[in-house]
Amino acid sequence: MSAIHVTTTINNDATEFLCAPDETLLDVLRDRLGLTGSKEGCGSGDCGACSVMLDGRLVCACLVLGAEAEGRTVATIEGMAVGETLHPLQRKFLEHAALQCGICTPGFLIAAKALLERHPDPTEEEARYWLAGNLCRCTGYDKIIRAVLDAAAEMREAG
Amino acid sequence: MALDNKTDAGKRQFKIVGTRPLRPDGVDKVTGRARFGADMSAPGMLVGAVLRSPHPHAQIRSIDTTRARALPGVHAVVTRADFPTVDDAAIADILDNCMAGDKALYDGHAVAAVAAASGAVARHALELIAVDYAPLPFVTDVDAAMKPDAPALHPSRADETVPPGLSANVMARHQFGHGDIEAGLAAADRVLERSYRTEATHQGYIEPHACLASVGPDGKADLWCCTQGQYMVRNTCAAILGMEQGSLRVTPSEIGGGFGGKTTVFLEPVALLLSKKAGRPVKMVMSRDEVFRASGPTASTSIDVRIGMTKDGRITAGFAELRYQGGAYPGSPVDMGSMSAFAPYDLEHVKTIGWDVVTNRPKQAAYRAPGAPMAAFAVESAIDELARGFGLDPLEVRLKNAAREGTRASYGPTFPAIGLEATLRAAKDHPHWSAPLGPNQGRGVACGFWFNFGGDTCVSLNITPDGTVTVSEGNPDIGGSRASMSMMAAEELGIPYEKVRTIIADTGSLGQNDVTDGSRVTFAVGLATIEAARAAKREMCKRAAQVWGIDADAVIWEDGAVRPVSPNAGKHPPMTLAEIAAIASNTGGPIAGHCEVNAEGAGVSFGTHIADTEVDPETGAVKILRYTVLQDAGKAVHPDYVEGQFQGGAVQGIGWALNEEYIYGDDGRLQNAGFLDYRIPVASDLPMIDTVILEIPNPGHPYGVRGVGETPIVPPLAAVANAVSHATGVRLTHLPISPPRLLAAIRAK
Repeated sequence: MSAIHVTTTINNDATEFLCAPDETLLDVLRDRLGLTGSKEGCGSGDCGACSVMLDGRLVCACLVLGAEAEGRTVATIEGMAVGETLHPLQRKFLEHAALQCGICTPGFLIAAKALLERHPDPTEEEARYWLAGNLCRCTGYDKIIRAVLDAAAEMREAG
Repeated sequence: MALDNKTDAGKRQFKIVGTRPLRPDGVDKVTGRARFGADMSAPGMLVGAVLRSPHPHAQIRSIDTTRARALPGVHAVVTRADFPTVDDAAIADILDNCMAGDKALYDGHAVAAVAAASGAVARHALELIAVDYAPLPFVTDVDAAMKPDAPALHPSRADETVPPGLSANVMARHQFGHGDIEAGLAAADRVLERSYRTEATHQGYIEPHACLASVGPDGKADLWCCTQGQYMVRNTCAAILGMEQGSLRVTPSEIGGGFGGKTTVFLEPVALLLSKKAGRPVKMVMSRDEVFRASGPTASTSIDVRIGMTKDGRITAGFAELRYQGGAYPGSPVDMGSMSAFAPYDLEHVKTIGWDVVTNRPKQAAYRAPGAPMAAFAVESAIDELARGFGLDPLEVRLKNAAREGTRASYGPTFPAIGLEATLRAAKDHPHWSAPLGPNQGRGVACGFWFNFGGDTCVSLNITPDGTVTVSEGNPDIGGSRASMSMMAAEELGIPYEKVRTIIADTGSLGQNDVTDGSRVTFAVGLATIEAARAAKREMCKRAAQVWGIDADAVIWEDGAVRPVSPNAGKHPPMTLAEIAAIASNTGGPIAGHCEVNAEGAGVSFGTHIADTEVDPETGAVKILRYTVLQDAGKAVHPDYVEGQFQGGAVQGIGWALNEEYIYGDDGRLQNAGFLDYRIPVASDLPMIDTVILEIPNPGHPYGVRGVGETPIVPPLAAVANAVSHATGVRLTHLPISPPRLLAAIRAK
């Protein structure tokens, strides 16, 4: 089984890598490219810890093959802050203490960002259903939902 | 020298403790920079993988690894034959759980492991290992395992507490209590007898177990892993592998949840042995399937309760017999279940008997207040049924019987100042308790107790030359403890929170620390941090007095600076921490404080929960409408993270009550080893979780702190079940209250 050569864009950087045909995008990101911010909690698309954006669409990187990134754009948690400036969601997660252990946090942030890009003014219920694919075992979700709704309000105000 | 050592925590005015600063490790965790167990790598690293038994119980006749070893890219293969013999029974059980010996004892039990150049080669190598199994009869249910003719896992291992004639799977018997049960029951207007069952649940941390081991030819070893206790990992691995503790350095990664499930070892000794054989670093990461089949779960239980109550709501006697299966080895938490079952109540006559039972399931690991939630489910359900049967308010009944300062606890000791009554009164006054309910809706209340723990703790606090402060502690930060330690150090030193940085040390840098368990870290590490800061302050007082040429007892530490204790001591402007630090080299050398202690006085913890549920009578689905946690925190150091513990524990308990269970098939294999089929609560299942923090200071801590982490998982099982009973008129005695189970109960009404 020979490796596949893939040319792609990750967090705005042109990137090339070799991967096995059966290798997931998550394994490529973590093991070949050193982007370990995306986490593997299940490997079966049930926990959302590996959430990334693929051509602007929210996906579980464990359910995408590395080879599928050919010619496309990938956005991961490592690209969410700009220089020293955190994204409002990242800041609100800190202010609301929306993380305890932090393993699910990158996935929640990517998924929440995707929600707010599509729907800048979600209700609590909409936020809860959108994020139902992301598992958190520490917080009971209360502070996560508050952080997302607060970030949405701030982002709407900032226009 | 005098210090502003105010020990009256109840009256102390705090400046930093009780505020809500940002956690110091937060930025790393929202940007993906934080390194968790599986994020570690090393030059020349190999990938390890484990072969696991597909049988629930089987003799291992032989293991042939010849073909696997011959596969190009394979650098090491190990089986139990490669491990040394271990004498200590507890360590031997841990080893046997990490790598099976003569028998595979459960579906998922490790039987061999390989290290290879890639994950693909490692997985291929596993397929080439030939294990000759002779399947044996098996048992996975606790009551079935106690029958005299049940298949025996470990013939002749029961301890001396077990009477003769019982199944060989009964490992130990525990008994607690005082008074005369029969006399107490005779004084009751009604005696309720009920049997309850709870299913095994998994801690469900999102981060699978992971480690990276590197053993040199000189026998010196390094291990990086996600764990609740790096010292426990060091000591256990050293004991299993016959190493000296000093030759193994363990560095904890960030930890992606543990809840008790990372207080033991699974992969670590295997990775060390593979690394030793291969002469290369070896990384091992469990799949989610492996996490479910081979790590963690808590016990499943079967509990009989007899409680007597007078018609005005006084409990005259409480008796419970508890049977917990803890998987394939002795050590289920039935002892703690038996001790905690009636702990919230002031009872003249109380007795519990606990049976520790083994079955063909994975070895149980601690899960948040181990053993207590199941016992509380049984007792709190029975009290609720009695109270409602008499037409009494279940909250009033609990208040009438609540343990107070001076109560002789059901498990022996006499309680000092405790907060149960305060949580009950706060619940009664909370708007939730009197809010109206609609059709098919019900409200439940339940109390919970946890012992809390202190234990071995080391903290080293260093003053840098520019007057900032670093704190080294030995317990992984599982949910904000770096922030709490920085806050307590800053409070004690009178400097801003931002001037303190707390790090988690490896095992070479501090003395022995107990694992992050027993809700001990904010209490015990906090206590040690405060003591370390006080030691540094004593030294800084000495240095300033030396500079001023006056006696050390003529100065005082106040507001972050040394001052003369009175004008008689001379006119000296205050010397700040930063000023003293800048000249430390000329006044005797660097300044530090440290504390090594076996912390006592942890202070027990109580909570009361209120749950509202709505039941769909067509489907049996239960929705949580509203939920309130009221708990005594002693003193909340960082209220955000105290609330977070309350909310997270409550939701784990809600999952236990409604959804989560280990399901075994007729073949003895786990049927639902994944997050799709083992369903933990998701955001859309839940409302906001309201919290009320009460602060009844713990006299055993300088700031009054009590551990808060475990108690919140104790009441929800019964609070939810009581709410469902209130909503439907049927009493569910078997958890989880899954839709089919509830629908069947409603239809049988």
